[in-house]
Amino acid sequence: MSFFKISDPVAARRLFLGRSGGMVLSGAAVALLAGNDALAAKAGGSKAGDVQILNTAIGAELEAIAAYQLGAESGLLTKPVLDLAVTFQGHHKEHVALLSSTVEKLGGKAVIAKAKYNFPIDQLKSQLDVLKFAAQLEQGAVSAYLGAVPLFGNRNLAKAAASILGDEAMHWAVLRQAIGEAPVPSAFMA
Amino acid sequence: MSTGRQTIRRAALCACLATLAMVAQAAPDATRGEQVYARCLACHALASDRVGPRHCGLIGRRAASVAGFDYSPAMKHSGIVWNEKSLNGFLAKPMRAVPGTSMTYDGVPIAADRADLIAYLKKVNTEAVCQPGSAKP
Repeated sequence: MSFFKISDPVAARRLFLGRSGGMVLSGAAVALLAGNDALAAKAGGSKAGDVQILNTAIGAELEAIAAYQLGAESGLLTKPVLDLAVTFQGHHKEHVALLSSTVEKLGGKAVIAKAKYNFPIDQLKSQLDVLKFAAQLEQGAVSAYLGAVPLFGNRNLAKAAASILGDEAMHWAVLRQAIGEAPVPSAFMA
Repeated sequence: MSTGRQTIRRAALCACLATLAMVAQAAPDATRGEQVYARCLACHALASDRVGPRHCGLIGRRAASVAGFDYSPAMKHSGIVWNEKSLNGFLAKPMRAVPGTSMTYDGVPIAADRADLIAYLKKVNTEAVCQPGSAKP
């Protein structure tokens, strides 16, 4: 049963939080957040390459934050969906905080948000449109992280990226459920 | 004699099936390519620049030539012109094809997926979404 079909927003939110509350950061992510520079820097690999990968991810995450902001301010979302959008946006903010601090620890400079993003505003006329748009971005994010994980020189960074990938996949599944599609369409992601 | 004819028929049937299989493999599917394109949507759009540059007009375009997009130095100096061959090579392993590219993505490993994706990019370029004045990004 989709929590989007629950008429009581409080119950819907409780159900959502109950489903997602077990999510924890991976050990690598925790270590990075805790400022374990040695762990972040060891395990070889190209620091410059890793910084480039992280910065590309940050760029996409910042755009996702802006997209959720657009949805939240659209006036098209019902309260439970708005709460969900804000929750997912919060996850993306956490991703950016982790990734940006890691870039700094590796001696790089993290990219920052653009002044303006190009979103298909004229096509977002209903809650369903917003949800489909968000689902599209989240699906892309899953593929992007999947394509980034094997590239990291530092395996701890790969592990942290995989942790984020799991979060993006959950976002995508929930959004698919909300728009009436099979939440998990296949056994493998590409 | 009968056995000999049967053998010939079987051989002819096998040859036909093999040819059909080759034709099936050789025909890229743009519709399926659109599904493959979903992998690109974290960073790309057809008609607008995002983390990556727009894809409308990609075929035949010189790499790093979309005005106003902030390309990596590696892409700027790649000398690539995007066509089926160069796209196929790049998409297989972007960071091997252009070391230093900002497209930090491991690639599309299956050749048929790449062919379908390229077929989609070619097809969609002729559609309304990629025509001047289109509102869709």
